[in-house]
Amino acid sequence: MTWLWSNLDLVWLRTLDHIVLSLPPIVLSFVMALPLGWLANRYRPARGAILSIAGLFYAIPSLPLLLMLPVIIGTSLRSPANLIAALTLYGLALMVRVVADGLASVDPDVRQSATAVGFSAWSRFWLVELPLAGPVLLAGVRVVTVSTVSLATVGAVIGAKSLGSLFTDGFQRGIQVEIITGIVATVLLALVLDGAVVFLGRVLMPWTRRTRRIRPESIATLSRMTAVRGTA
Amino acid sequence: MNYFTDAVAWLLDPAHYPGPTGIPTRIGEQLLFTAVTLLLASVIAIPIGFLIGHTGRDRGIAVATSGGLRAIPTLGLLTLVALWIGIGLGAPYVALTVLAIPPILAGAYTGFEAVNRATIDAARAVGMTEWQIVRHVEIPLGLPLLIGGIRSATLQVVATATLAAYIADFGLGRFLFAGLKTNDYAQMLGGSILVILLALVLEGLFAGLQKLVVPRGVAVGRPPVDRKASTRRRPGMESAITKGI
Repeated sequence: MTWLWSNLDLVWLRTLDHIVLSLPPIVLSFVMALPLGWLANRYRPARGAILSIAGLFYAIPSLPLLLMLPVIIGTSLRSPANLIAALTLYGLALMVRVVADGLASVDPDVRQSATAVGFSAWSRFWLVELPLAGPVLLAGVRVVTVSTVSLATVGAVIGAKSLGSLFTDGFQRGIQVEIITGIVATVLLALVLDGAVVFLGRVLMPWTRRTRRIRPESIATLSRMTAVRGTA
Repeated sequence: MNYFTDAVAWLLDPAHYPGPTGIPTRIGEQLLFTAVTLLLASVIAIPIGFLIGHTGRDRGIAVATSGGLRAIPTLGLLTLVALWIGIGLGAPYVALTVLAIPPILAGAYTGFEAVNRATIDAARAVGMTEWQIVRHVEIPLGLPLLIGGIRSATLQVVATATLAAYIADFGLGRFLFAGLKTNDYAQMLGGSILVILLALVLEGLFAGLQKLVVPRGVAVGRPPVDRKASTRRRPGMESAITKGI
């Protein structure tokens, strides 16, 4: 325990590093998944192609991806950008399916009514379909948040600084408390960010507090997807 | 792109094949490790999952535990166990078995839960014992979801086994870490390509297996397209069709 008290500032610094690494992928993957998910939901041929490619990306192990990315997109191996790019890809792979399923869960009658009262396709998407798909999207973002925070630790083995550095450092120097601190801090950070996402969801979608209706099939897909990846 | 030609050259170099650090041995190590880990995790998770699925009891605990386990970073678990029981294969086996349990457990009990209640009541009504219901009704019908869980676990284990080379001298991860240490990009990329290919091949095999284990009666009775065609229906037909789904 003495290690923890004398290194609190180190733990704090690594936590900040970790936040810098994991926030952009969560936001980016959500933003990028919207058009792709819309495309996958709107056009049947695109659906198969987009979702299978997303599935394949999800199957790629993280460490090899981290090593390959610099060669493909030119990021520097140990830079935060490299890790952020990799984490964004994983988040995107998961979110695209969630967005497609979320949009598909919108009642066709509602969509038709929106068109009937004069919504253009553009405003219908933003004002009708997206809010109604909201609860499903929120569930997806929560999964992405937790897995991104957990996955970001992997970068430590190639030298990208994060809470994962406490694992590699603790292992090399034989300090158990350091590793345990790292694990606890990672899980706590995941919980805090998850709570923030839930809070944001409540603020943006006040109506979900009264009626909770997510189509069962979207939940099934989601739990199938999330069973997949904890880490690495 | 030069790096990739180097990596391919590294992969094709016959000097990297023979011996205990050759590519075939490393692939074998990785596969054996994955298989043993999955077996260990299955032996623990499947009976518990079946029990939860059949009785419907303790579901909340199972969901919470598997959710919590998922948030734990693998690398942390690996290094911590390695400090406890020493460097070698023991730590990866323990850590990765722990990681493989949640998806298999989830696959086992969701498979049972997905079985239509009427089917189970019918089985009970014709006089099947509880054991016969499990064996002849719930297991066959829940098998695709269980295989799905094992598929997720396999992907996770084969990927994380790479990371486990950080604490033990085995598997394809060795090429990655050796390459990292000496700035040998060809070896690093070559190893990465092997790991990715291995993961994708396993993913493909399991996707096939998952289709194969659907009982014939279920497959035949299934409508040709199971995705609902919500975006491509003629106006006016809408409500009539959705209500049915």
